[in-house]
Amino acid sequence: MAADRIEKKIVLKATRERVWQAIIDPARFGAWFGVELDGPFVAGQETTGRIAPTRVDPDVARMQEPYRGIPWRVTVERIEPMTLFSFRWHPGAVDPDRDYAGEPTTLVTFELAEADGGMLLTITESGFGRIPADRRTAAMRGNDEGWTHQTRLIEKYLAHGGYPSGGG
Amino acid sequence: MPRGHRGASANAAPVFSALGDPVRLAIVARLCKGGPLSTVELQSCAEGVSRQGITKHLRVLEGAGLLDSERVGRERQWRLQSQRLAAVRDYLDRVSAQWDRRLERLRALVEGGD
Repeated sequence: MAADRIEKKIVLKATRERVWQAIIDPARFGAWFGVELDGPFVAGQETTGRIAPTRVDPDVARMQEPYRGIPWRVTVERIEPMTLFSFRWHPGAVDPDRDYAGEPTTLVTFELAEADGGMLLTITESGFGRIPADRRTAAMRGNDEGWTHQTRLIEKYLAHGGYPSGGG
Repeated sequence: MPRGHRGASANAAPVFSALGDPVRLAIVARLCKGGPLSTVELQSCAEGVSRQGITKHLRVLEGAGLLDSERVGRERQWRLQSQRLAAVRDYLDRVSAQWDRRLERLRALVEGGD
């Protein structure tokens, strides 16, 4: 369901091995993501860590600084070496006084494929509670035209089996 | 992480949760087309759901800030709080932008030498 997910595609001029290591190796992952991990990613297990400003970009590092040390945790779903890595988490769970345990998680998936000139990395984050919204359409920000569009999206969603007319 | 992200995510979670149900999604879809509508009118968009059931769903949506209601005579009228839905959309925008920035950092890492 397109409205329920964020999808990003990027072609990286690097080898499959190098891209894979950047997403599966805890130190490398941490360097670009901006976390310090306590251990490796293992399918079916939780990986914990803390937010640690990225070492890749000093400007971003300054922005992340106030969040330094806030606990970070994901539960790894699947690891298919050199191809796929996925985990569940609470996106933006950065309020230390809040218990996120009962809140819905999203699923983040990294997928690698060959592409012209490098590796195609597709990242999807899904499970935002089936939010019926196309966030990319600027026209949707609260105006009438936007709401017409919004309604069409919802209708489309419902027509595709979102409503339990027959046990769905 | 951008400023204000903390508050936005704390606000958005109950909305995600509230919309993660087909009956409630149908109610919101119906109210997107126009409103306010009474409880009975909204019951018609969820076949097979009792009056008590629909009231429960409406209360969940109200609790998440997606609807508000007022009593008109013997009926309760429900209205969509469109700003709330817009706020959640903004939240998704920010999550999306965050991935864009992460990916640029990943690119710097894998395409640069180390």
